[in-house]
Amino acid sequence: MVIELGHYLVLASMLFTIGVIGVFLNRENVIIILMSLELILLSISINLVAFSSFLNDSSGQIFSLFILTVAAGEAAIGLAILVVYFRNVGNIEVDQINKMSG
Amino acid sequence: MGSLLNDSLVIAPELFLIVSAIILLMLGSFKVKNSAKIVLYLSTITLFFVSFLELIMPWDISIIFNESLIENSFSRFTKSIIFMSSAFVIILSSRWLIRYDEKAFEYPILILFSSLGMALMVSANDLITLYLAIELQSLPLYVLASFRRDNINSGEAGIKYFVLGALSSSLFLFGASLVYGFTGSVEFFEISKVTSYSEVSAGLVVGIVFILSGLIFKISGVPFHMWTPDVYEGSATPVTAFFATAPKMAAMCMLVNILYGPFADSFYSWQQIIIFVSIASMALGSFAAIKQTNIKRLLAYSSIAHMGFTLIALALPLSPSNIQALLIYMLIYLMANLGVFSCIMSLEKSEGESVKDISDLSGISKKYPFIAFSLSIFMFSFAGIPPLAGFFGKYLIFRSAIENGLFLLAIFGLLISVIGAYYYINIVKVVYFDESNSSITKSSSKGLSITNIACTIFIIFFIIIYTLSPIAELARLAGISIN
Repeated sequence: MVIELGHYLVLASMLFTIGVIGVFLNRENVIIILMSLELILLSISINLVAFSSFLNDSSGQIFSLFILTVAAGEAAIGLAILVVYFRNVGNIEVDQINKMSG
Repeated sequence: MGSLLNDSLVIAPELFLIVSAIILLMLGSFKVKNSAKIVLYLSTITLFFVSFLELIMPWDISIIFNESLIENSFSRFTKSIIFMSSAFVIILSSRWLIRYDEKAFEYPILILFSSLGMALMVSANDLITLYLAIELQSLPLYVLASFRRDNINSGEAGIKYFVLGALSSSLFLFGASLVYGFTGSVEFFEISKVTSYSEVSAGLVVGIVFILSGLIFKISGVPFHMWTPDVYEGSATPVTAFFATAPKMAAMCMLVNILYGPFADSFYSWQQIIIFVSIASMALGSFAAIKQTNIKRLLAYSSIAHMGFTLIALALPLSPSNIQALLIYMLIYLMANLGVFSCIMSLEKSEGESVKDISDLSGISKKYPFIAFSLSIFMFSFAGIPPLAGFFGKYLIFRSAIENGLFLLAIFGLLISVIGAYYYINIVKVVYFDESNSSITKSSSKGLSITNIACTIFIIFFIIIYTLSPIAELARLAGISIN
């Protein structure tokens, strides 16, 4: 079987969907949300690299390199905010992030 | 294609902003005594200077750095407004910041970097630059949201904003990857070339929808508005003032750029979406605000509704007068918001704790008549009562809608603005006619009063300013340059 563009796109959209579902359905731990966000970004990288090789155009690969870099910075800031929250509350359960509503 | 030096001269204001932000960061890190005060002072001057620089730079179109950035009168005008409102926000926050933590010099620097991101967002000309600019704008905002480290609500606001903001960036990216795949380029000019001579493919439409949902999150339009009230409530009040002003303006201008730029030829694919978001934002913003008791939550829903009104101008076919109406509306919205926040911040419940609930404002007219007066002026302006500025903003928007034949949208907007008037005027009633609440004290500083007076004058005498000053002409020039 030859692996073509379509296979990569299906893989990427499956990973993307799993990531989005992980963000919304997860009720336990904020760390899992961060992992899901990473998964989403990686699925987008797969998408871009697949398109890039299909189109014989390098800008998709450059784009995915930028995404990897930004993802690292984003994860750092996310964890820092999580630490600030944990110091005040003492846990990071998603269910308990509901002090404000209305 | 110009040389590196020529290209750098074109974005001289941004380069100046980068360099001064880095220098101020160094200054804050190595100079321990009074660092926050000095950095606050210098960063305000920097932002005002950069805002002025944008106005005096040549306004003709120039495409620089291998077509990754574009400068024209639209980007110059909007960037000038963005920098100015960021500068006002720093002025507003100075007193609060010094009292909260006099070593927290990073606050104005985060605002500087975020403003830089907004400036690049407005002038981005390919998807990679746009993505990097959005992230440069959002990452400091996540930090600012959780800036009060000792406060549970602030941390919660930070987490909510971070998770949803990162998700919206990923939606944008997924859309960008599809657009790249189906048009073969990340450059706006190439994308618009491809869409102009070929049929709009299904993959491209899906890509546009994903990109739009990512961007609508940034302007907090329905259905991506859920973060707004919580983040507004949880963050410190000066930070909320920042969230409500400059990033909204930048995201709206970016939306104008991207919709009328690369996706101009797929107008009929996205017009429906914008109309839906506009109607839903106006309705939800107005109805949900009615039962709010917290001022900042009320302002959050009010900003959702205002974004709905602004989107009316975006749902129309491109014409300079529509863009002009949009820019004028956003400018009025920014000034009125800065004014409201300056009023709220100059009233205190207890030491260092600004007013929270609407009932805290009851009867302040007897003790602080000027604050009560200006607060009512801003509320009347939000509600769109002539002869205040808000009326003219709404008038321009509805006139563009009617000229383009979207009567139903204009009529719906008019009806909704009547509902909005209820909760705005309710605040005026609380301020003037309710029993006085004696525990409220005034904590005004020079910066707060200056902002308050400037915004009040702008809102009351808007029609005179509009006819005498070049604002209308500048906004018209900005509208012409979009094509």
